[in-house]
Amino acid sequence: MSAPGITARNTETIERALDVEGRSLWTDARRRLVKNKAALASIVVLSLVALVAVFVPFVWPYDYATLDYGNIACAPNWWPDHDVACYAGGLHIFGTDQNGRDLFIRVLYGARISLSVGVVATLVSLLIGVTYGAVAGFVGGRVDELMMRLVDVLYSLPFIFFVIILMVVFNQNFFLLFVAIGAVEWLTMARIVRGQTLSIKQKEFIEAARAAGVGTFANIRRHVIPNVLGPVVVYVTLTIPTVILAESFLSFLGLGIQDPLTSWGVLIADGKDHMETAPWMLIFPALFMAVTLFCFNFIGDGLRDALDPKDR
Amino acid sequence: MWPYATRRVLGAIPTLFIIVALTFFMMHIAPGGPFDAQRHLPPEIEHNIRAAYNLDKPVWEQFAIYFGRLLHGDLGPSFKNHDFTVSQLIEVGLPVSARLGISAILLAIVLGITLGTVAALNQNKATDYGVMGLAMIGITIPTFVTAPVLALVFGIYGLHFFGHDFFLPAGGWNGGALANMILPVTVLALPQVAIIARLVRGSMVEVLRSNYVRTARAKGLPNHIVIFRHALRAALLPVVSYLGPAIAGLLTGSLIVETIFGIPGIGRYFVEGAINRDYTLVMGVVIVYAAFVILLNLVADILYALLDPRVRFA
Repeated sequence: MSAPGITARNTETIERALDVEGRSLWTDARRRLVKNKAALASIVVLSLVALVAVFVPFVWPYDYATLDYGNIACAPNWWPDHDVACYAGGLHIFGTDQNGRDLFIRVLYGARISLSVGVVATLVSLLIGVTYGAVAGFVGGRVDELMMRLVDVLYSLPFIFFVIILMVVFNQNFFLLFVAIGAVEWLTMARIVRGQTLSIKQKEFIEAARAAGVGTFANIRRHVIPNVLGPVVVYVTLTIPTVILAESFLSFLGLGIQDPLTSWGVLIADGKDHMETAPWMLIFPALFMAVTLFCFNFIGDGLRDALDPKDR
Repeated sequence: MWPYATRRVLGAIPTLFIIVALTFFMMHIAPGGPFDAQRHLPPEIEHNIRAAYNLDKPVWEQFAIYFGRLLHGDLGPSFKNHDFTVSQLIEVGLPVSARLGISAILLAIVLGITLGTVAALNQNKATDYGVMGLAMIGITIPTFVTAPVLALVFGIYGLHFFGHDFFLPAGGWNGGALANMILPVTVLALPQVAIIARLVRGSMVEVLRSNYVRTARAKGLPNHIVIFRHALRAALLPVVSYLGPAIAGLLTGSLIVETIFGIPGIGRYFVEGAINRDYTLVMGVVIVYAAFVILLNLVADILYALLDPRVRFA
């Protein structure tokens, strides 16, 4: 198939002879991303939070659900303000909550839930958004117009209300929470993918694939989707914090995760009720959540700079 | 402009219908009903109650009845707040929510544009980094964190000036007194201020580099005229197109703010109604909110066209 003389192996030899490295879009992007200090630091911090949240609960002496009525809302040992009711001894490095449970382990469980909601719901939105957008853009014509009109209509709905109603209707089902949030966050993704698909559709390699008899859906899967991944990856990193916020928002209103399981939203809601006497109950969960959201935003910005061909 | 506006309003009708239908069926296919939690009633009485609210009919028929009444402007009786119709509750709550929301959006626009312009004029200087850092914080930290923290700092610890203590009310509405409005409006506006500031900075930086601004400067126009008359108008376009999402964000935020500060607006009705399964109240609030979002999106689109001479009403 290839032009005579330049086989893949030949190209390799030439490259080696000239000592040039092949630079794909992704190696290029990775190089630029690593140069971005804020993004790199965010990746490190975020991995740390995730690792601690996954592994520390296995070795931590306290459990997230064990009540301890001798240690209700006690400050950690190192708390600077001496005006507190009591100090929690031992390894309660973040103090205890209103039921005497260790706050550190609860914040970590919150991280587990919030991060997994973030990832799973984003995957749901990714799946729906990319499929929908790619099909609309690739098929085009009437179908495209109809599909995108539906997106426009959905855009104008105050969507969080539907999630709230869903949560009420299905009694705060854990699994549904993931799906419900993901199912409302796919609209922007669909628009981005459709726009990209429209321009890719014009390229020669699509025409070649068509001429070779590749069907619509195989074409979308094999040729369109891999080529829209750049903007999609950027948008994914920006969707995760949105989703984490949405889950915390619902949990804060008492419609998400239920006790004794916890999420950052639940912890912040509890902390809000006790902030006068036990401010650590508000500060630590809020801090963890803010740092995580910061990290995702910085990574998203960094990725956008790294993948944006305008800056080449 | 008017034919365009008329067409858009007509186009909103199917959207509203979808919203009404979607909310109605979602609430009605739910297991459990509004009268489940109450003490056990004799079957005849329960039957009568269900009949009075048409709950004994098939869902399709209930929807037809509800929709027929809705067309006459009747949102039905509230299931939980006995002796009140939903319209009455909304009539009481809507002015409160509207006052809160309008104050917040005005504050966000004024403050956001000012901060964004200041940052753009001092691009890559300390002021710029300061404003953008604050904006990043404003975007990342959610309303349900800022609300309790600000209430704690200003409502409970208080401010100390010249030996006097100043407190802001940490909750309540008090008929919309200024002191009661400060904290909720600030909390509600904060994320929008941050987003608008970032938008304005971005577009302003671009506009300041454009040829027509250079021409204006070359003509010898004073700096403030170049900025306010020439640059700002173009730099505001992204803000206008952001107004739609901003309003949606405000509505979401108002659920939190009204709940935390104990403000008797429709956002709190919605949260309470959803938890209590007060079908008609939830439906009523969603319809009102959706109508607002659609209307304000239309206003934003018209504003956009008025600001940008390149856009024509199509």
